[in-house]
Amino acid sequence: MVRRAIGGAHYGLRDWLAQRLSALIMPGYSLTLLGFVLTHQPMHYTDWQGLFQNQAVRFFTLLFALSLFVHAWVGVRDVLMDYVRASWLRLALQAATIAALLVYAMWTVTILWGVR
Amino acid sequence: MKNPRPVYLDLLRIRQPLPALISIAHRISGVLLFLAIPLVLNTWQASLESPESFRALQDSPSLNLGLFFLCVAYAYHLLAGLRFLLLDLHWGLTLKSARFSSWLVLGSTALCTVLLGIWLW
Repeated sequence: MVRRAIGGAHYGLRDWLAQRLSALIMPGYSLTLLGFVLTHQPMHYTDWQGLFQNQAVRFFTLLFALSLFVHAWVGVRDVLMDYVRASWLRLALQAATIAALLVYAMWTVTILWGVR
Repeated sequence: MKNPRPVYLDLLRIRQPLPALISIAHRISGVLLFLAIPLVLNTWQASLESPESFRALQDSPSLNLGLFFLCVAYAYHLLAGLRFLLLDLHWGLTLKSARFSSWLVLGSTALCTVLLGIWLW
């Protein structure tokens, strides 16, 4: 008899790919931000505020954040699948992770478009 | 038939090879970075709230310390992750090159750590 584990097994490749694509997006943004910080020393509030008032910066910051959250989801899910053996606890933790990441995504949008 | 092999492995008694340590450290740094997300968002929000809150952050010594650990974990996770991406492309799969790239990851993280420390303090 085949006993299916909770969670299925059809999304492995898609998540694997999502993890790697998001991993490729993040370093570019990180290095650009590092470059900005290094060329604006000492940093003033107006520099920092002006940076995130720029629409293109907002777009790429959001892209970075969403990549980070997708990446974090796959990573945390892998960790939970490896170490939490009780299905009910694993599913509860996975649900909590998704909820947290969704809140973080909305939080990010609030911060980005709240900059005056 | 009963399997005569040991039924459990004591992880602490096994001397892990360097690439295995790189792998588990990548995982641990990933979990720590995940847990740091709300702290980072909170700090980022405060930094953009007003010139006063921005100044207060710049003056707080705990920001430097937090930034230091965050950046070290991030740099390590990025570098070790880059190594895994190259392994995915079947690049550096031999034992010798896998050990070499492991040392390279550790060396570059150490370099980043030193540079960051010099810059922050």
